Amino acid sequence: MSTVEQNRLSVFKTYKLYVGGKFPRSESGRVYEVTDSKGKWLANAPLSSRKDARDAVVAARKAFGGWSGATAYNRGQILYRVAEMLEGRREQFVREVAEAEGLSKSKASAQVDAAIDRWVWYAGWTDKIAQVMGGANPVAGPFFNLSTPEPTGVVAVLAPQESSFLGLVSVIAPVIATGNTAVVIAGEKNPLPALSLGEVLATSDLPGGVVNILSGRTGEIAAPLAAHQDVNGIDLTGAGDELAKELEIAAADNLKRVLRPGSAEYTADPGTHRMTAFLETKTVWHPTGALGASGSSY
Amino acid sequence: MTTETTPAGPFAYAPAPESRAVVDIAPSYGLFIDGEFTESSGQDRAKTLSPATEEVLAEYTQANAEDVDRAVKAARKAFEKWSALPGAERAKYLFRIARIIQERSRELAVLETLDNGKPIRETRDADLPLVAAHFFYYAGWADKLDHAGYGRNPRPLGVAGQVIPWNFPLLMLAWKIAPALATGNTVVLKPAETTPLSALFFADICRQAGLPRGVVNIVTGDGRTGEALVSHPGVDKVAFTGSTAVGKAIARRIAGTDKRVTLELGGKGANIVFDDAPVDQAVEGIVNGIFFNQGQVCCAGSRLLVQESIQDELLDSLKRRLATLRLGDPLDKNTDIGAINSAEQLARITALADTGEAEGAERWSAPCELPSAGYWFAPTLFTGVTQAHTVARDEIFGPVLSVLSFRTPDEAVAKANNSQYGLSAGIWTEKGSRMLAVASKLRAGVVWANTFNKFDPTSPFGGYKESGFGREGGRHGLEAYLAPATPKGER
Repeated sequence: MSTVEQNRLSVFKTYKLYVGGKFPRSESGRVYEVTDSKGKWLANAPLSSRKDARDAVVAARKAFGGWSGATAYNRGQILYRVAEMLEGRREQFVREVAEAEGLSKSKASAQVDAAIDRWVWYAGWTDKIAQVMGGANPVAGPFFNLSTPEPTGVVAVLAPQESSFLGLVSVIAPVIATGNTAVVIAGEKNPLPALSLGEVLATSDLPGGVVNILSGRTGEIAAPLAAHQDVNGIDLTGAGDELAKELEIAAADNLKRVLRPGSAEYTADPGTHRMTAFLETKTVWHPTGALGASGSSY
Repeated sequence: MTTETTPAGPFAYAPAPESRAVVDIAPSYGLFIDGEFTESSGQDRAKTLSPATEEVLAEYTQANAEDVDRAVKAARKAFEKWSALPGAERAKYLFRIARIIQERSRELAVLETLDNGKPIRETRDADLPLVAAHFFYYAGWADKLDHAGYGRNPRPLGVAGQVIPWNFPLLMLAWKIAPALATGNTVVLKPAETTPLSALFFADICRQAGLPRGVVNIVTGDGRTGEALVSHPGVDKVAFTGSTAVGKAIARRIAGTDKRVTLELGGKGANIVFDDAPVDQAVEGIVNGIFFNQGQVCCAGSRLLVQESIQDELLDSLKRRLATLRLGDPLDKNTDIGAINSAEQLARITALADTGEAEGAERWSAPCELPSAGYWFAPTLFTGVTQAHTVARDEIFGPVLSVLSFRTPDEAVAKANNSQYGLSAGIWTEKGSRMLAVASKLRAGVVWANTFNKFDPTSPFGGYKESGFGREGGRHGLEAYLAPATPKGER
């Protein structure tokens, strides 16, 4: 019996994009070879085109109303559900991360564990960020005045090129925790953990289109996203200096909110800046009226 | 009652001019760099006019790149000591400035009215009180930054290059300089080319307050000076208020640098009136929304969205009210509508209004006599406007209101959000749940419900979408001038 199992030919997975809650191939029909750190073939990943990028923006925009309108508690539960689903597929991700980044099993495990914990961290943020970032303003007049953070909209996310999973989760989760929807470009050389994450998100009650994951050449996919008039923000983490500058120039065309790349240390306390980079502050005024001098003294 | 009354007749007012004697304008101004007025290395001079009379008020300096460099270096030199000063000491300088502004507020109000053309009623009752309040507010933050939610011991950015517009010259200066100084930055500020005087007077206030040399530098000039400033490699932070086109150019210019930027740009605010709104109050709000400061306000309520069932009634009331507005001498205490700031702006407003007419919208202007000298535009509204009309899409930045109608709240929200801009919006309804539902759906940074054009130093102000990014005012306003607490290496 066991001999039979050992000789069994394994079933390869066809890695696909994750767009609008579905798993399409690239519309271009193109793929590229993904290898492990030693150059051994792992899989053919979709080589996304400009059209794939635009389709992903359409899906993200369509999902924005529902996701940003969901209660913060609901978003928190869904992000927590992502952690639960990942926990169950932990071994798969440890293997993929180890292959992608050339890490030992224990080092890859640490990365995956930290990534799962990061979902939990952001699950807890969904219904706290508004109190931390907003509040009542004591204006000098008879007005109720309240500032509230709101999501910016559709955010293009260039996932880090090195940290294929912990880095990936560290840039996606803060964007969607606050109600944005995301078009994510997986790390160019190691996209497999990102594409597998799509399968987890699809089974975590996350509405389709909230996160869309594309693999391929970062520069080729990022250029149409940076110039896209229906994208509201862009996280340039996965861009080198030259590409980042080009994209920032393109992003100025509709004044996208830009998070510039930095040498991030993903094991450190994430702070709040990745959330606040894609939040707008809305301030609402309303007159309070007055009861007059005869108002109750209680 | 649909008959229109003219401002003459029962509403004729005797002239009540505010005295000019309280302000002493020098014939010529240099640049305020490193604590003193200095001459430019070049010969370029410009003149600033009173837009109400076209009288030349003063000559000022067109600063060149060399002058800007000198100012940035002075600010850099001052930064070390200023940022190391205990917050409580920086606070006291800002409190001094706030108090001196209060003391000199009449002088500054008259000066601002002369240079800008806006009514003295507004400079006296809105601009100047808000300027003093803004400095007073941020003064109090200087020694409390640890508690502001930006991490412990948050650090200033360095030298802030600030470029401000002509519509609220001294107020925009306050919005820029007060938070920058409170957080320990030093500044080089460029006022607008048509309204440089109040910033130059502010230099004198810095002198009276004993502010250390180089902490505030004022360079005057046109867009060339502004470009030299935002492009200067010694500038760590760019803060700009002005047009969306220039804002985009700045965003492109600083791409790939370490410079941080906040932009407060244009708007095309929707003022939504539901059928249950108190009509008289709504009319006052509409007038305040678009004719305050001659409509030269980025957050103006320049698109009126009125529910179809009350459109006729509301427009009758609105026209009746507009006919009573008094347009004329900005120094007259009874004046409601002052002069347009410049010939250039008047030409732009005129061209856009003509486009509105050419595209088929129906034009109505309040019956009022325009003075023969100066730059004037009668309060105007367009009816029969669709979302495709230029006057419904482009920021006019003048006293021109476009009227559109809607049937359902959903339609109102969709039309309000159908804009590249997202700075302000207004909602008029007596129903609280409807107000809150609509407010939550509007993609705008400031929503005024049953009021309009209210400002306060504690209240964050700034836009969504192409109205810019970053907030000015309140705790939020500190963020633009502080290095964020982030993991090592990240900005």
